[in-house]
Amino acid sequence: MGQITLNQITKSFGDVQVIPPLDLRIDDGEFVVFVGPSGCGKSTLLRLIAGLEDITSGEINIDGKDATEVPPAKRGLAMVFQSYALYPHMSVRKNIAFPLRMAGLDKAEQDNKVEAAAKVLNLTDYLERRPGQLSGGQRQRVAIGRAIVREPAAFLFDEPLSNLDAALRVNMRLEISELHQTLETTMIYVTHDQVEAMTMADKIVVLQAGIIEQVGSPLELYHTPRNRFVAGFIGSPKMNFMMGAFSAEYDAATIGIRPEHISVSHTEGKWSGKVGVSEHLGSDTFLYVDVDGLEDPVTVRSTGEVAFRHGDAVHLTPDPEKIHRFDNQGLRMA
Amino acid sequence: MARAVTTRRKTINTVAAWAIGLLIFFPILWTILTSFKTEAQAINDPPLFLFFDWTLENYAVVQERSDYMRFLWNSVIIAGGSTVLGLIVAVPAAWSMAFVPSKRTKDILMWMLSTKMLPAVGVLYPIYLLFIEMGLLDTRIGLTIVLMLINLPIIVWMLYTYFKEIPGEILEAARMDGATLKEEILYILTPMAIPGIASTLLLNVILAWNEAFWTLNLTAAKAAPLTAFIASYSSPEGLFYAKLSAASTMAIAPILILGWFSQKQLVRGLTFGAVK
Repeated sequence: MGQITLNQITKSFGDVQVIPPLDLRIDDGEFVVFVGPSGCGKSTLLRLIAGLEDITSGEINIDGKDATEVPPAKRGLAMVFQSYALYPHMSVRKNIAFPLRMAGLDKAEQDNKVEAAAKVLNLTDYLERRPGQLSGGQRQRVAIGRAIVREPAAFLFDEPLSNLDAALRVNMRLEISELHQTLETTMIYVTHDQVEAMTMADKIVVLQAGIIEQVGSPLELYHTPRNRFVAGFIGSPKMNFMMGAFSAEYDAATIGIRPEHISVSHTEGKWSGKVGVSEHLGSDTFLYVDVDGLEDPVTVRSTGEVAFRHGDAVHLTPDPEKIHRFDNQGLRMA
Repeated sequence: MARAVTTRRKTINTVAAWAIGLLIFFPILWTILTSFKTEAQAINDPPLFLFFDWTLENYAVVQERSDYMRFLWNSVIIAGGSTVLGLIVAVPAAWSMAFVPSKRTKDILMWMLSTKMLPAVGVLYPIYLLFIEMGLLDTRIGLTIVLMLINLPIIVWMLYTYFKEIPGEILEAARMDGATLKEEILYILTPMAIPGIASTLLLNVILAWNEAFWTLNLTAAKAAPLTAFIASYSSPEGLFYAKLSAASTMAIAPILILGWFSQKQLVRGLTFGAVK
């Protein structure tokens, strides 16, 4: 079981309120990702759930019980830190066994559980090593191993992949997703990387300045962002925003159109401009087009290789079905 | 940019380093040499350096007249006891200052250090009276407590510096793993800080061993450590330099040997944190 409810919680550091009253419900077995720019309060929110920070007001419920005043050790949650936070003076075996030792399990039982976890995480050959002798990916696995042995009600991940190189990051992302499918335990995952959020989450919580901007499935956020912030944050490359005459045509203060929803042509189209930079990835081509009448270049994503070069005159046409309209508050218009 | 250091420059530096080192060590060397002279040779003018009749007579006389082992034992108990006691008090204190600092933490640290700026004689009278009142005069327990208290600021400061180097996330991880505060300090913080704790321990044993103000003023016979042993050969005896030197050599020998064997640890401890 791992259902977590946040009820009107707030957090202030001195006079500064970093989390204004916030409500959130996380269901048992869900993979929830907190995403937002740095300083948006996502890590603070995670630490409030963990109990590593005291909440200023409000209530945290874990599995229906009030956990607001419960110390972190007694909340039944496990956490994986950005720096892994392994115990450098202990072997991998002792690191993974530490929570079991604290729980007072006997030696034989500890060994069984550690070996089982090590098997799942491919760490069997490294059990007698110290963390200092492991690679980044292996350390990450030890941190996860230490979290899974105690069979927590929920896992908390604080930007666990940000210290890994790009290739390893993709691997670990898959491993964590697989782990979630196997264990079916609630996971709360903090990241600033919207790709991680989109690929792993059942539910994404987009935060900005301590405020929840939107909660929803990855595709809900992609298709119907509630406001300009979410629209700009979710999706890669970023959504293009246009104002003035461009948006007036659609009866909105701002319109947004994703790069993959614009078609490009040499001969005809709705907007005309010149190619500034073109990035050829093989599978896709990204064009940054300087459109007449717009300050920022418009990003266009075309599938496959397209033959446009710097300086080419091009014409762009948005897919009218895929245009997002926002009012002057930045909120989505129906 | 590589710095070109010529051989000549290296030689000069080496000679200068040795000269300064010998200059600092000279008084100790002279004491040791004097302890092997006769009283007459000790005050010979011009002073005799290496060419005199080496004798162990002073050591025999000193051992005969006073019970060296009793003083040594008192020193061991007082220096060791005050250090261990200090660590027991200082580890939790440094933990709270390093990992849950408040707005006043820096001020408290400064205030603690400022107590070291007060001349000890300034509080001799009240402490002496307290000792009489509590029956602690000339007891090992009384001296242990006083030396623990006077060295406590240094112990806390040193431990605080070492603890600051330990990432807080590791302690938080222990908390998430179900460790109580006691377990967190015992199983995670202390083992990780062992190098720092070891050098703090060594430095404080040395400080307590050499402490001469309180040990002389608060003891008479029963609890007197080696500092009192040396003192008993100075003023009342007049100019018995050779015996005084023998007593001094016997008193500093244990700590000198300890320092020699642990110098690597000591230097590492004292420079820890300066270069990561």
